[in-house]
Amino acid sequence: MELRTDLALMSEWITEDSHVLDLGCGDGTLLTHLGECRNITGYGLEIDDDNLELCIEKGVNVIDTDLNQGLSDFNDDSFDYVVMTQALQTIHRPDLLLMEMLRVGKQGIVTFPNFGHWKVRMSLFLGGLMPKTRALPEDWYISENIRLCTLHDFEKLCNTLDIEVLQRAVVDTKHHSSWLMRFMPNLLGEIAVYRFRSKPVKIISK
Amino acid sequence: MPDMLAPDNVGLVTVQTEKFTTPLALDCGRTLPSYELVYETYGELNKHASNAVLICHALSGDHHAAGYYSMQDKKPGWWDSCIGPGKPIDTNRFFVVSLNNLGGCKGSTGPNTINPETSKPYGPEFPILTVRDWVKTQARLADVLGISQWAAVIGGSLGGMQALQWAIDYPKHLRHCIVIAAAPKLTAQNIAFNEVARQAILNDPDFHEGHYYQYDAVPRQGLMLARMLGHITYLSDDAMRNKFGRELREGKLNFGFDVEFQVESYLRYQGRSFVDRFDANTYLLMTKTLDYFDPASEHNNNLSAALAKVLAKFLVISFTSDWRFSPARSREIVKALLDNKKQVSYAQITADQGHDAFLMPIPHYMRVFKTYMQRVAEE
Repeated sequence: MELRTDLALMSEWITEDSHVLDLGCGDGTLLTHLGECRNITGYGLEIDDDNLELCIEKGVNVIDTDLNQGLSDFNDDSFDYVVMTQALQTIHRPDLLLMEMLRVGKQGIVTFPNFGHWKVRMSLFLGGLMPKTRALPEDWYISENIRLCTLHDFEKLCNTLDIEVLQRAVVDTKHHSSWLMRFMPNLLGEIAVYRFRSKPVKIISK
Repeated sequence: MPDMLAPDNVGLVTVQTEKFTTPLALDCGRTLPSYELVYETYGELNKHASNAVLICHALSGDHHAAGYYSMQDKKPGWWDSCIGPGKPIDTNRFFVVSLNNLGGCKGSTGPNTINPETSKPYGPEFPILTVRDWVKTQARLADVLGISQWAAVIGGSLGGMQALQWAIDYPKHLRHCIVIAAAPKLTAQNIAFNEVARQAILNDPDFHEGHYYQYDAVPRQGLMLARMLGHITYLSDDAMRNKFGRELREGKLNFGFDVEFQVESYLRYQGRSFVDRFDANTYLLMTKTLDYFDPASEHNNNLSAALAKVLAKFLVISFTSDWRFSPARSREIVKALLDNKKQVSYAQITADQGHDAFLMPIPHYMRVFKTYMQRVAEE
């Protein structure tokens, strides 16, 4: 099975034998892949009934959870990585969830559709309508994407929350990447992938 | 009565009895010198005895979990929705063992059986048991059947507690633990319900301090009240509203205390039919067993510590409208397993049937259960 590029990117970023929490794990593809190629252990959190069944079918440990309720079932620093693919923009308070991710995990990895992509900008600028693109195909009133942001927005939020970005990649909806995209990511990247951690606490010496 | 057995039914089943003569030391400090357990099995045990599944029953359950005794039976076993060819607990793949717990009233040694030392029914002299005692007897039954490791131990409600206790007490003797609509211990509210039920029985003039067998009496009113109360707590507000609303049996108010609302009629029927099939002393005993269950108590009330040594993979299932053992209680079990980095999956099933939902063939529940069991079978 060929893995989506964003998932393939993430699996390269994750070290062997780590303990991983996947927020909104879908049908369990990523965790299955990470189990096979990185020998990771961990859990997926998912709320959709069909996805839950698919995870169980794959033998993925899945916990029926509403991400908007936070991660209170998990202790501090209990995971090496907390990952979230294409779900940040559906969360009521993504800022709080990012902080939760870094409370329970040493590092976080997220992917989200980039609202700064040129097609989105053109749609709003020329058509005056909420954008519908390959990465954001639904009408605004039924879309689950309630917290859309650009790469710049995300990085600004990271700064506010004292989050250090360790790695960034952008891909298109076919999950390909190109040098041009890497050159102007906020304009040309359709999907953003970030790896981050809490900024090390500075020790103030007298 | 089934005119014809459905292809996904286990068919006609028979009860088996096993007598144990090795004395059983109980948590209460007493010892039972000998006892009998009745059980049923469905499906075939494979050559390596690796496909056995243990079903643990709840408060009012018994060993008759699936199939019929005869073509004249009105109802199949209590968990027929889940056990049978092609059902979640697929008898084409698994050898299923279902017993009547010690202290029960359906054939296993209990208050209504004869104490060989006195030649009279045990009655109130029967020792109060714990879930751990039960699991110990179930392990002995496994030995007799040549099962050194269960593919899965499965239970709902009080049965789920037994499954959990199995994982704690005999970690190497089960590969999977399936805990449905259960809790790691009862809340004060739950104990309170049990206490009202017990008081109803204990204060029935026909109870005779538990020796009612000798008086040829049955504490009918007490047991009926206990069951009526229990039944309310097994249903949800929504389920009762949908089923009965405020419907009147005769379509008008009679300004009296006879049955007027349909819900009253239903509860009285449930209470009465329970009296005919259940023993009051067993009911008292089982509610006590429920109240006492608290595996964390031996670990400074730390459930994570209690589950630190489990090896089984877990499936935990709860139901949204279950307020007797709410989803939050199942999540306590899940959290304790997560703390220990154990293998666990958890499904919260949307259902309006309350605690009773675990007995219903709710599609998502059945699919989750079946999918999980398929993996158990394929491992």
